[in-house]
Amino acid sequence: MSTGSVGWIAADVLIDEVAPAGRAPTRRRRARPRLWRVSILLLAFIYFIGPLVSAFKYSLIQADGSYGFGNYWKIVNSSAILTALATSLEIAGIAAVVVVTLMLPTVVWVRLRRPKLTLLLEGVTLLPIVIPPVVVAAGLEQMQRSAPSWVVSLLFNHALTGLTPFYIVLAMPFTYRALDTGVRAIDLRTLVDASRSLGASWFTTMTRVILPNVQTAVLGAMFLTIALCLGEVVIANLLLYQTFPVEIIQQSLAGTAGIAVALSNLSLVFTFVLLFSLSFVGSRRSGRASRVF
Amino acid sequence: MIRFEGVQRHFADVSALDGLDLEIDKGELIALLGPSGCGKTTALRILGGFDRPDAGKVFVNDVDVTTLPAHKRDMGMVFQAYSLFPNMDVRTNVAFGLRMRGQDKAKRLQRADELLELVGLAQTADRYPHQLSGGQQQRVAIARALAIEPEVLLLDEPLAALDARVRLQLRAEIRSLQQRLGITTLFVTHDQSEALSIADRVGVMRSGRLEQIDTPQNVYRQPATQFVAEFVGAMNRLPGRIGDRGEVQILGHRVAVANPEGYASGGAVDALLRPESIAVVRDSAGPGEITDRTFLGSVTRLEVTLDSGQKVLVDAHGHGADSPAPGERVGLQIVAESVTVTPAADTPAEPELAIEPA
Repeated sequence: MSTGSVGWIAADVLIDEVAPAGRAPTRRRRARPRLWRVSILLLAFIYFIGPLVSAFKYSLIQADGSYGFGNYWKIVNSSAILTALATSLEIAGIAAVVVVTLMLPTVVWVRLRRPKLTLLLEGVTLLPIVIPPVVVAAGLEQMQRSAPSWVVSLLFNHALTGLTPFYIVLAMPFTYRALDTGVRAIDLRTLVDASRSLGASWFTTMTRVILPNVQTAVLGAMFLTIALCLGEVVIANLLLYQTFPVEIIQQSLAGTAGIAVALSNLSLVFTFVLLFSLSFVGSRRSGRASRVF
Repeated sequence: MIRFEGVQRHFADVSALDGLDLEIDKGELIALLGPSGCGKTTALRILGGFDRPDAGKVFVNDVDVTTLPAHKRDMGMVFQAYSLFPNMDVRTNVAFGLRMRGQDKAKRLQRADELLELVGLAQTADRYPHQLSGGQQQRVAIARALAIEPEVLLLDEPLAALDARVRLQLRAEIRSLQQRLGITTLFVTHDQSEALSIADRVGVMRSGRLEQIDTPQNVYRQPATQFVAEFVGAMNRLPGRIGDRGEVQILGHRVAVANPEGYASGGAVDALLRPESIAVVRDSAGPGEITDRTFLGSVTRLEVTLDSGQKVLVDAHGHGADSPAPGERVGLQIVAESVTVTPAADTPAEPELAIEPA
């Protein structure tokens, strides 16, 4: 092989071309990583797809032992499940909007004006992950117990007002990182200065200049929040709110595990659809500037 | 029209602006020139409203704008980094400022098209910034800044990211546009040839202070300080002595002094001479030897090492082949009518050299 990298590539191409004429050792050396790659991919595929296929198959087993979509029909016809789902979707939607409304200006402000606070913010936003949900739930329970009755009836009696503020906090670690990555990827200071010098107020700069240019990150942050709200069960269950994941557990405990698994599958499909739509937006942006906003 | 009065700005321990006083007349193009960290960009950002001074005031048309936020200042700005909004097409970018001023859609798009025509990019109106070259993006940025018909145009090294050919072309275009529109402009750059070629007056800055502000010709020919002399173009520093009639003796020649005030007869000084103010003649008994020769296109730059060890840069016109080659002995002649002198450096003046008179 030649010493220079260009020479090396040229020699490699040459070997590739003459390989069929009997340079088997080189071919075997090149083929080995490919074999590894395929086998690792295969293992990962089995690891992820196996349980999914099993879960789907299990959800198709009906009460009488036959296969069919009976469990899915029961979901559609159960008002308890649909109410829980509606509650969770409402919480998810509100939390996603509020968390981005709070976090995006914060991230932008820290990047522009207080870059030294970045480390502190990273630490603070990690707290919801570091503190176990059970501890959070126990703390909330204490708070609810000692709260005046008008606060309880105003806030804690409904899942929407009782849970949304805490889910917003729980979503911070994910939203902060998603938004920070998006903001780092653009030349924030120049875009903001340009917008301001052209006469735009801070609000207009945020909505017309920053938001459209970090839309992939914003959608990512919102979808992560939605996924979290549709999956969080510890706090909701301990505080006795009837949300979608709590309903799944109750179905399972009630002996209708088929319905519980069917619900899980549906929520998984929903999250997948969100993530796929996100990657679709992402690829559209890199190909041609999009105008979603 | 624009006035900086004792403007100071400090970042931690660094003093970015240390009492800047500067006046810019209406329709004038001032270039602030200096090395990085000299405070020129800070001055521009303070004028644009992106930063506030710790002390001092900024006036526009005698109105104190020191604390006025950027979006209320009516100033167009072009940045070093590409600053077009990636989510908008070129026309929408140019019309953005007008939209902020509440102009109706048809009017502002028509105005955007006019400005794109002005910068020669009418055909790119429907494209997105990432589909344009760097030079085109900066042209659009200029059109966008001009669309709001600003009182002041701020240019923060707008050509620094472009390749040499586009840079030359665009700087000529900026100057011609600026003159045609008569717009007051502050242009910040670290490139001395850019500053000298484009500006009505050049302000040379160092450590947050203005060292000199004058026409490009004067800054180049009569630098006020040694820093200006050495920052703007190449400069030889040759030891000499003030003569009886106020002239300076350098390299065996008597040359008039451009700044004779304060220098006593017989005093040791350093004379500042541009490479083009000196000429070489082939002379086998000459006091110097060519030690380097660089062909620069229109001139050939020669490095002459004198017997005293001092190196002198000389620009010779014509082809490189006509000028003496490295190793040849040469004599030096001074072709400038007058020279600027500064107090001598610590080392004693070199003995005078016997050279043929010019």
